[in-house]
Amino acid sequence: MSRLQTTLLPPLLAVLFAALLCSIALLISGDNPGAALAVMVTQLGAGTTAVDVINTGAVYYIAGLAVAVGFKMKLFNIGVEGQFRIAACVAAIVGGLLPLPPVLHVIVILLTGMLVGMLWALVPALLRAYRGVSEVISTIMLNAVATGVIAWLISPAAFGFVQGNNISTPPIAPTGHFPGIDLGPSGTIFGMVFVAALLGVGYWFLLGRTRFGFELTASGESPTAATAGGVEARRMVLIAMLMSGAVAGLIGLPEVLGREHAYTLVAPQGYGFTGIAIALLGRNHPAGIAVGALLWAFLDKSALALDNIGVPREIVLIMQGVIVLSVVVAYEIVRRYAMAAEQRRVAAELRAQQQPVAEGAAT
Amino acid sequence: MTDTAEPDAPYAVELAGITKRFPGVVANRDISLRVRQGEVHALCGENGAGKSTLMKILYGQLRPDEGTIAVNGEPVVFRSPADAIRVGIGMVHQHFMLADNLTIAENVLLGAERRLGIGAKAKAEIARLAATVGLDDDPDTLVEHLGVADRQRCEIIKVLYRGARIVILDEPTAVLVPQEVEDLFETIRGMKAEGYTFLFISHKLDEVRAIADSITVIRRGTYVGTADPREVTTRKLAEMMVGSELPSPQTRESTVTDREVLRIEGLQLAGEGAPLLDGIDLVVHAGEVLGIAGVEGNGQTELVETIMGIRRATAGRIVLGHGDRARDITKATTLERREAGIGYIPEDRSRHALLASQPLWANRVLGHQTRPPVARRRLIGLINRAAARKDTQRIVEEFDVRTPGVDVPAAALSGGNQQKLVIGRELSGDPVLLIAAHPTRGVDVGAQAGIWDELRAARHRGLAVLLISADLDELIGLSDTIKVMLRGRLVADADPATVTPEQLGAAMTGADGPEEGAA
Repeated sequence: MSRLQTTLLPPLLAVLFAALLCSIALLISGDNPGAALAVMVTQLGAGTTAVDVINTGAVYYIAGLAVAVGFKMKLFNIGVEGQFRIAACVAAIVGGLLPLPPVLHVIVILLTGMLVGMLWALVPALLRAYRGVSEVISTIMLNAVATGVIAWLISPAAFGFVQGNNISTPPIAPTGHFPGIDLGPSGTIFGMVFVAALLGVGYWFLLGRTRFGFELTASGESPTAATAGGVEARRMVLIAMLMSGAVAGLIGLPEVLGREHAYTLVAPQGYGFTGIAIALLGRNHPAGIAVGALLWAFLDKSALALDNIGVPREIVLIMQGVIVLSVVVAYEIVRRYAMAAEQRRVAAELRAQQQPVAEGAAT
Repeated sequence: MTDTAEPDAPYAVELAGITKRFPGVVANRDISLRVRQGEVHALCGENGAGKSTLMKILYGQLRPDEGTIAVNGEPVVFRSPADAIRVGIGMVHQHFMLADNLTIAENVLLGAERRLGIGAKAKAEIARLAATVGLDDDPDTLVEHLGVADRQRCEIIKVLYRGARIVILDEPTAVLVPQEVEDLFETIRGMKAEGYTFLFISHKLDEVRAIADSITVIRRGTYVGTADPREVTTRKLAEMMVGSELPSPQTRESTVTDREVLRIEGLQLAGEGAPLLDGIDLVVHAGEVLGIAGVEGNGQTELVETIMGIRRATAGRIVLGHGDRARDITKATTLERREAGIGYIPEDRSRHALLASQPLWANRVLGHQTRPPVARRRLIGLINRAAARKDTQRIVEEFDVRTPGVDVPAAALSGGNQQKLVIGRELSGDPVLLIAAHPTRGVDVGAQAGIWDELRAARHRGLAVLLISADLDELIGLSDTIKVMLRGRLVADADPATVTPEQLGAAMTGADGPEEGAA
C-alpha cells in the first residue's frame, strides 16, 4: 500500500462504516436513510448552512490543531476545553475594557487569548515536567477550575455586564471586531477562518521543516532515543504543552471577534473535546485535521436539518461517535499491516538486489 | 505427565523437513533435526540463520508450513506453547520473563497454580527442582535480589515445574561471565545425567564444543550438517556457520597518540544505597580504543550515560580535549556534548538510537539536528531535508546498509543494517570521541566484521573510542587498553595483548578479591 492509501483509506472506511451503521439505526427506528442522506446533502445549498459549516469548521480546526500539538508528543491535553474557555473570557474582558485603535485592538485580543491559554496550560506543563504528574489528570481538573473562575469573572460583581436576562463580558467596541466576508443571504464568513488556515500552514511548517518539529516528533516517537539524541525531554514537554495552550486560547475567538463581540454566560462549550476527536480523525496532520473539522461541522449542522424532517437528530451523535471509534481502530490495523508490508517489501527488494543476503528470519 | 528419558528410547525430538516461509523470506527450508533423549544438542548458526524460528516451531509458537514434529517417537501438532508444554517441552528465553517484585517461588508458580496448588506441596517440589538446577537461594527470595545466573536458574525451574523433560535454552550464555558459564554447564551435565534433554542454541562455538554431545549447524535457513564436537574444530564449525573464513578482531599496529581527548576524574554517581559510579578516573587518547570490561549491571550503562549527559554526575569532572582546547563538559547538556564532537552508539539500539517508524533520513537527523548538513547553515532552526536524504544515502553506501532507499522506516531494516546506519550517523560530522556500547550486539557475523573494520578505520584517523562490550573477543581484539569495571568502580587494568578471557572473567566477578560472584 502506498503512503497515500494508508493515510486516506482508514478515515474513508470509517465514514462509510458509520454511514452504514447509522442507516441500520434509522431503518430500525422506522426512518428512511435515503431521505436523511438527501437532506444532509441538500442542506448545504440552503440559507447560511454552508457558511456556518465553514465558520464552525474553523473553530474545530483550531481546536484540532491545539490538541494535535500535544498528541505529537504523546501529551494528552484534555485541558484544551478549559484553556479555550478561560482564554476567550479574559480576552473578551480585555477587549471590552481597553479602548484601542482598529487592528491593534484585534491583535491585542488575539494575543491575550493565546497568553491566557498558555498560562492555563503552564500549571499542568510544570507539574508534568518537574513532578511527573499526568497531564490528563491535572488538565481535566483545571477545566473544572476554569468553569468556576469564568462564572466569577462574568458575574456582575466582577466584570459582568447585564443585558436583559443574559450576562456577558463588557461588549467589545467596533474597533475590536474582526471583519468577515459578507456573502449576503448566505451569511458572513469569519475573518478568523483565514487565521485558522494560517495556523494550519504554520503547524505544517513547524512540524515538518524545523528542528523544533523534529524534536517534538522524536520525543513523541521515542523519549529515550530523543534524550540520547540530545533532545531535552522536559523542555519539550513544557513547550509542547504551552503551544497547545496558546493555540487553544484562539478557539473561542472566531465567535467572540466575529459574531458575539463579548463572552456570554451561554457561550458554547465542548470545542476542546471535539478537538480531541478531530485530531484523532485527522491523524495530527494539518490537512487531515481540516477535513475532520469540516466533516464534524457538517454533521453538527445536519442535526438541525434532520430534525426538520422528523429524523431524530441524535443519529448525528451516533455517526460522530462511530466515526471516531472506527477511525482509531482502522488506523491501528492499517499501521500494523503497512509496517509488516514494508518489512516484506524491503526484504523482497534486497533479495532481488543480491540473492545471498537476508534469507534468515529477522530476529 | 511426561515420559522419563530412557537411554534405549532413541529420539526425544525429531523434526523432519521443516519449512517455514514468511512473506518474502524463507526462514527455514527443509530442516531436519534429531535429538536423542538425554543428550545436549547444540543448534548453531549466525544471527538470522533461522535458529529462533525453528525453536519457535518446536515450542508451538509458530506452525510450520511443511514438515513434521515427533516427540519421543509420537507425531505431534502444536497449536500453542501450551501443547508443547503438555508433551514436556520447555523453553528458557534469552530475555528473562520474571517479575522482579515476586519471589522465586511465586515466579515459578505464576500460571502453574493448578499443578500442585500454591501450598507446601508446591514449595517442596520447587525446593527439589532448585536443588536439581543448583539454585542455592531460598525460594522466598525476591527475584530482584538475584544475580543474572540465578535468574536464569529460576527460569529453568519454571519450565521444569511445568513438566519439561526437553529444555530449549536460547543463547543462555549471552548474559553470563566465563565462570558462570562453567557453573551452568555443570548444572546441565548434572541434569543430563538425570535424563533431561537439552537443546542449546548458541553461536559461541567454544562453548558449544564444551557442552554439546552433537551439533546441528544451520545457515540462512537451511540445514548445513551435524557435527560431533569431539571431532570437529572450532574453525571448521565457524566455517560451516558463516560459509567462509572467520573475521578476526585483531587490531594491528598501535595508533595511540599522547593527545588526550577525554579525561574523567573522580566521577561519582549516587544511587539508592551503593553509588552507581564510584571514583572513576580514566583518560582516552586520540587514536586509542579504551575497552571497559565487566558483567552487565556493574555501572557501564551509568558511566556511558553520565559521559553523555543523560545522567548528572554527583561529583567529579569530565573534560573533553586537551591543552587550551580542553573543555569541562561536566555540566553540559547532551546536545552540547554531541556538538562538541562526541558520537554515541547506545547499547539498546531500538530504544536509544532509532525512531522506529521514522524514515532513515529522519533517523540521520537525530543527534545532529543543530549541525550541518542536516540543519540549515544560515536559517537556524530549520532542517534541510534534501541534505539529510543525501547524507543518509552516503551512509547507506559507505557503510553498506542494505536498504532499498532512505525513505523506508528504520524498523523495516534488519538489526545489523540498523546498527550500520547508527554507526554511520555517529561517525558523521567528524567526532573526536566515540562512545560505543556493545556496538555489535545482535548483529550477524558479516555485519560485525564490517563494524569492526569501521571502528578500526576511525581509530586510525585519530578518533578516540570508549568501548563497552560484553563480548570479550571484541574487547580484546579492538582495545588498546582494557579496564575492568565492578560494582561501579574500575578495579583492574589489563593488557589486551596478553590477557586471557579467563583472567578478565575473574577480575569481572571479583573472584580474586574477597567476595565472589557478580554484583
